[in-house]
Amino acid sequence: MSKAKPSLSAPPAQRPIAWREFAFLLAGLLIVAGPHALRAPWWLVALTLFLYAWRSAGVWNRSLLPPAWVLVVVVVLGMAGIWLQYRAIFGRTPGMMLLLLFSGLKLLESRHQRDLAAVVFLTWFLAITNFLYTQSIPTALGMCTAVAASVAALVTCAAPRRAPRANLRTASLLLGQAVPAALVLFLLFPRVQGPLWGLPQDAYAGISGLADSMSPGSLSQLTLSDAVAFRVDFPGDTPPRRALYWRGPVMWDFDGRTWRQGNPAMGELDPPASGTRIEYSVLLEPHNRNWLFALEVPASLPPQARYLADGQIVNLTPVRARLRYDIASAIDAEPDPDESRQTLERARRLPPGFNPRARALAESWRGAAPRDADVLVRAIEHFRRERLRYTTEPPILGRDSVDEFLFETREGFCEHYASAFVFLMRSAGVPARVVTGYQGGDMNPVDRRFTVRQSDAHAWSEVFIGGRGWVRVDPTALSVPLRLDAGLERAVAEGGALPLLMRPGLQWLRTLRYNWEALAHQWNLLVLGYNPDRQRELLSMLGMRDADWLDLASTLLVVLGAFVAV
Amino acid sequence: MLGHRRVYIVPSRLGLFFGATLAILLVGSINYALSLGFALTFLLAGMGLAAMVQTTRNLARLTVRAVRSEPVFAGDAAHFRLGMMNAGDFDRPEILVRHLASNVQQTIDVAAGDSAEAVLAVPAPRRGWLALGRVMLETRFPVGLFRAWSYVEPECRCLVYPRPEASPLPPLAQSARAGGARAHAQGSDDFSGLRTYQPADSPRHVAWKSVARNDTQHARSDAMLTKQFAGDAVAELWLDLGDLPPALGLERRLSRLAGWVLAAERAGALYGLRLPGTGIEPGRGAAHGAACLEALALHRTA
Repeated sequence: MSKAKPSLSAPPAQRPIAWREFAFLLAGLLIVAGPHALRAPWWLVALTLFLYAWRSAGVWNRSLLPPAWVLVVVVVLGMAGIWLQYRAIFGRTPGMMLLLLFSGLKLLESRHQRDLAAVVFLTWFLAITNFLYTQSIPTALGMCTAVAASVAALVTCAAPRRAPRANLRTASLLLGQAVPAALVLFLLFPRVQGPLWGLPQDAYAGISGLADSMSPGSLSQLTLSDAVAFRVDFPGDTPPRRALYWRGPVMWDFDGRTWRQGNPAMGELDPPASGTRIEYSVLLEPHNRNWLFALEVPASLPPQARYLADGQIVNLTPVRARLRYDIASAIDAEPDPDESRQTLERARRLPPGFNPRARALAESWRGAAPRDADVLVRAIEHFRRERLRYTTEPPILGRDSVDEFLFETREGFCEHYASAFVFLMRSAGVPARVVTGYQGGDMNPVDRRFTVRQSDAHAWSEVFIGGRGWVRVDPTALSVPLRLDAGLERAVAEGGALPLLMRPGLQWLRTLRYNWEALAHQWNLLVLGYNPDRQRELLSMLGMRDADWLDLASTLLVVLGAFVAV
Repeated sequence: MLGHRRVYIVPSRLGLFFGATLAILLVGSINYALSLGFALTFLLAGMGLAAMVQTTRNLARLTVRAVRSEPVFAGDAAHFRLGMMNAGDFDRPEILVRHLASNVQQTIDVAAGDSAEAVLAVPAPRRGWLALGRVMLETRFPVGLFRAWSYVEPECRCLVYPRPEASPLPPLAQSARAGGARAHAQGSDDFSGLRTYQPADSPRHVAWKSVARNDTQHARSDAMLTKQFAGDAVAELWLDLGDLPPALGLERRLSRLAGWVLAAERAGALYGLRLPGTGIEPGRGAAHGAACLEALALHRTA
């Protein structure tokens, strides 16, 4: 007689990992690790992929799985490699690389379905860290796919005997049902303005934008990028293209090669009386710097901004999340004729011993013209006459960069023009400074918004003329008038490097891009731009004025409870 | 038929880890002001919420019906069959049906609008009625973050016969003294020889004297010899509790009687059963055997 045998099926925790759940898990992991792999050193990518492949082989034949000491060796080697690569283990990029490495290790180490959940959670961490680099729509869709795959892996662990398709359907259903609750949480969960603790030094590395210094080649590198710098919405009239000088950091101090911002002084904004007042709002992409961009001359400031004596507008904190501000400018306003003697002194300073030929040229102008305005006219004529070649691939310059640009290579980008012009002015004793920023931008015909890209980065000069004030001179426009009217793509000679989308003859591509960007703009505004301020606005629209987090939490609980009950 | 209303649910260990993971994701999103980090965290939180609802739903309003279970011998497993009916329009996979007293469990899937049967092989150590008792239905479907459970106690019992003891039938002489065999069943056939005992042989034909020396409790069947008769007559046998020495104890004696019933049934004999205060007239066939075994099973049980 047979003994009664309890029909104990092995609890899920102890079931060995099988293909059906592993396939989902690996799919999710590959999707989230993909974007990280683009940023990782090649050896780490290879190692991680090797670990994934090893575990996959282990699903097929369990005896291939390594003993624990092998894993320890891989951990040690991998961490040593990351240390050698970055000279750090903590910080954003090395931390991310560690996470990537651990995803492979944890996967390889997993023997039972219980361990699998840890890999799923790791997948989610990797997914969310992708958002540190980009929060675009494609990234969001990719991460959603990865989350669906990882949830399907969890479902398969919970129901190993079901068909994979049924489990995938259950996972999709779960996520579909999650959307309303997620939406409510997204809108109503009490938002706190971060950061909660000090961020690693390199937390915002890799964000492109204008720097606080300018040396030959720095802007031309930037302009190869199609990335959006900011978007502008003009509710009223759009100013003419020639007025679209988006003023950014002002460079004062020259060391022979690099222009630097120096220490700007705080100033008071004195709204200009003349000019055409134009109001607009700017949606600034994060650039990890304080400065905001505005058309000349600012007439009013957003509340969180400060005005500097040299006309810059700065935010109180570095712009690390998309920032929207409303601002007004007076176009073609008369400049303020007063300036402190100290400032003018600073605007004439040059390091001795650089660029003797340019210096000699400037001194010859000064000798022939006693007044600053006359010197300026001569300089402008010089730039008009000389027809220096405009290129996004300027040759590398040596010690006397201005001399080489003006007299030898005779080709350069706007930073060369601006640098040379200001150098000439200062050599002649005329106060001058370099202004960096953006020039132009293009209008999206779909939503009629202006988009200013990194490729619109520009540098120009401002010269102080006694009795008039600071006057803008764009030496690039003097030499290459097309630059101003038609933008970069017309000004650069045939065959020069241009961002793909700026090349002529790709109209359909441009149309597609305009539509895509209109969508992306809404995405930025509504999804990525949702912050504590927007939440307050939404709540006051819903009739909850001055709602504190307790009100929010109780509302949230009620709504979520309703979801569960339904 | 039994419906059950109350479904309990708690987060599983995995669910607690899930909560901790969400907390870390949330803090990270706040710290880096990641809008999509919030979105992903909340999507996962919503997923957890939906999982909670689905886990509860997997058990709620599932009807459980006990199906008649076949009698078994003590020491065997009583197979309780529970029919699960899913009137909903969704599948209910991975329902763990666990018998609380014995920890016997089985996992079943009940498709939408369908029914499925869980068979619980519950050990039945003692004769008599074995009531199923409380059964727990448990599920962690769909993602294992929550554990939902519910109790049912179907009116369901299984008859457990005494464990049959393979022992020699009483010698004919003893049976005769007790009136165990009727006169016409004796002596009409000519004894023609001996052969090795086979289980199908009538116990009456065993050459008991040749095995009497082996006074062991469990006589081995291959040591027994069967008397062969030229003419195969119908024997009428009385199996009587009183034939067995009281020193064996009631359970052992009932076991031995159960063994005899089986042996007599196999032999195709006409046999009756005598227990103190009750008796079953001689008969044969499966129903008769079952009646005898039932009488043995329920003898002096509450």
